[in-house]
Amino acid sequence: MSKLSRDDVLKLAHLSRLKLTEEEIERSRSELSEILGYVEMLDKVDVSGLEPTYQVTGLKNVMREDDVKKYQASPADLLKNAPAVRDNQFKVKRVI
Amino acid sequence: MDNWPAISDIAKGVQTGSLKAVDLVENALKALQEKNEYQTVIATTAERAKERAAQIDKEIANDQAVGRLAGVPFIAKDNFLAFGANTTAASNILKPFEAPYQATAIERLEAEGAILVAKSNLDAFAHGSSTENSDFFVTKNPHDKTRVPGGSSGGSAAAVAAGLVPFALGTDTGGSIRQPAGFCGVVGYKPTYGLVSRSGVIAMVSSTDVIGPLTKNVADAATVLDVMAGRDELDSTTIEKDPDGYDLRNTKYEIRNTKVGVIREYLAEGLELGVKQVIDGAIDKLKNAGVEISEVSLPSLPLALAVYYIVCPAEVSSNLARYDGQRYGYSDPTAHDLLSSYELSREKGFGAEAKRRIMIGTYVLSSGYYDAYYKKAQTVRTKIISEFAEAFKKYDVLLGPTSPTTAFKIGEKVNDPLSMYLSDIMTVAVNMSGNPAISLPAGSSDGLPVGLQLIGPMRGDRKLLEIAKTCEELQ
Repeated sequence: MSKLSRDDVLKLAHLSRLKLTEEEIERSRSELSEILGYVEMLDKVDVSGLEPTYQVTGLKNVMREDDVKKYQASPADLLKNAPAVRDNQFKVKRVI
Repeated sequence: MDNWPAISDIAKGVQTGSLKAVDLVENALKALQEKNEYQTVIATTAERAKERAAQIDKEIANDQAVGRLAGVPFIAKDNFLAFGANTTAASNILKPFEAPYQATAIERLEAEGAILVAKSNLDAFAHGSSTENSDFFVTKNPHDKTRVPGGSSGGSAAAVAAGLVPFALGTDTGGSIRQPAGFCGVVGYKPTYGLVSRSGVIAMVSSTDVIGPLTKNVADAATVLDVMAGRDELDSTTIEKDPDGYDLRNTKYEIRNTKVGVIREYLAEGLELGVKQVIDGAIDKLKNAGVEISEVSLPSLPLALAVYYIVCPAEVSSNLARYDGQRYGYSDPTAHDLLSSYELSREKGFGAEAKRRIMIGTYVLSSGYYDAYYKKAQTVRTKIISEFAEAFKKYDVLLGPTSPTTAFKIGEKVNDPLSMYLSDIMTVAVNMSGNPAISLPAGSSDGLPVGLQLIGPMRGDRKLLEIAKTCEELQ
């Protein structure tokens, strides 16, 4: 596989919500290209007639009663890790 | 190295009053402090451990029933949510994270009286094969401090090898229990996918992640597995446990006529000579014990690592999207809007390997590439699964080395991600297929431990453990 361009890496970083440093951009170009080059060995594998596998246990529609349970974590416990809280809710930067 | 008695004997001692839980916890905490040179743990949970131990001793004094792991100290990899210390996944982004609830595995062990004493080091978010990707520090191999303990459950493996605790918990996504167990000379067990609940364990690759024990011997691993295994309402991917359970104390397995297949692809080029000699020696011992042993080929196994390095980053990129600096974990204080808050929190909170996997995952899942990479990999996965299923029509277990080499030097592969990935080449296939597997100490090469890997059929955990225990006795 040809080496990823600087624009490719910047696009991936943006999609991944990562703000890379200059050094990381350059390093990523070669490291990501090398790894993607390795996995190219799958291109030659004949998989005609086979379906993809997404899970291995064969479990289907695992159901349970939709009832309220008393759980060990309280809302206050769940908020104690939040960077910012107001009125018992997560406070985030403006979205729209 | 300290010698803990068998787990069932420790519990029996506590139950009958000949051992005190407070002393056992004190011993483990003292060992952790005295053998700090290996840097196996990120934090202890000393305060709550002492409280729990005192409580157990009090219950015994009052003639109350205590569990079958009463007073047994253990360590959990720091990607298990637990009370008593922060749960960090050895990452900067989760450094300040205090778990609001606990993993089902921890709950089940503690309900039987086991006592969590510390949280062990790992490659951040379990991304790695050496524990060098920890955002905090590097754990050392107790057999040679200049070498890695393997990874990602390196802290757990090194702690058990150094005799700090009778058992430790790890997670195995591509080999992260078995590979460090092999490098450190302990037993590492990867159960059938779905056998142990992952509720409260930080997700990495949801279609392959499993939880398992690292111990000194197979019987201890079976005891711990038996307590953790089975359906859990909090994890809808869990399966039923074997009706006979996994405890092997009252089992006598007759290994004669067991059919063992030696995986040809795992003895091919790239295997270190010293490792090959130890594995050959183990095969001879099995032959002498009357085992029917022959070579078997699973031609798609050499593709498993490529499949893994598509599926793994794809699922990692999705599972790590939740670390966005808004609800928990590191949040960059200099961000001026929502986008920069995401980008700066993630840029500073994630290490190099997490970023690498997130970006590869994003690439292989992006429109235009999805079919060529992700769908193709999942289809080759089907091929690997059918080759295993075919082999188990003929064999009871499959055998090979756990890793192609013994423990490598600290720093040796850290700047070469692909060569680091290749150290999982013999462990990843069963993560893609879901099969159970175990790494057993089989001997040493130049003074470093060599792991023997046994693989069982899906849901065949009990028989795999029985065979492994007999194998262990032959070594």
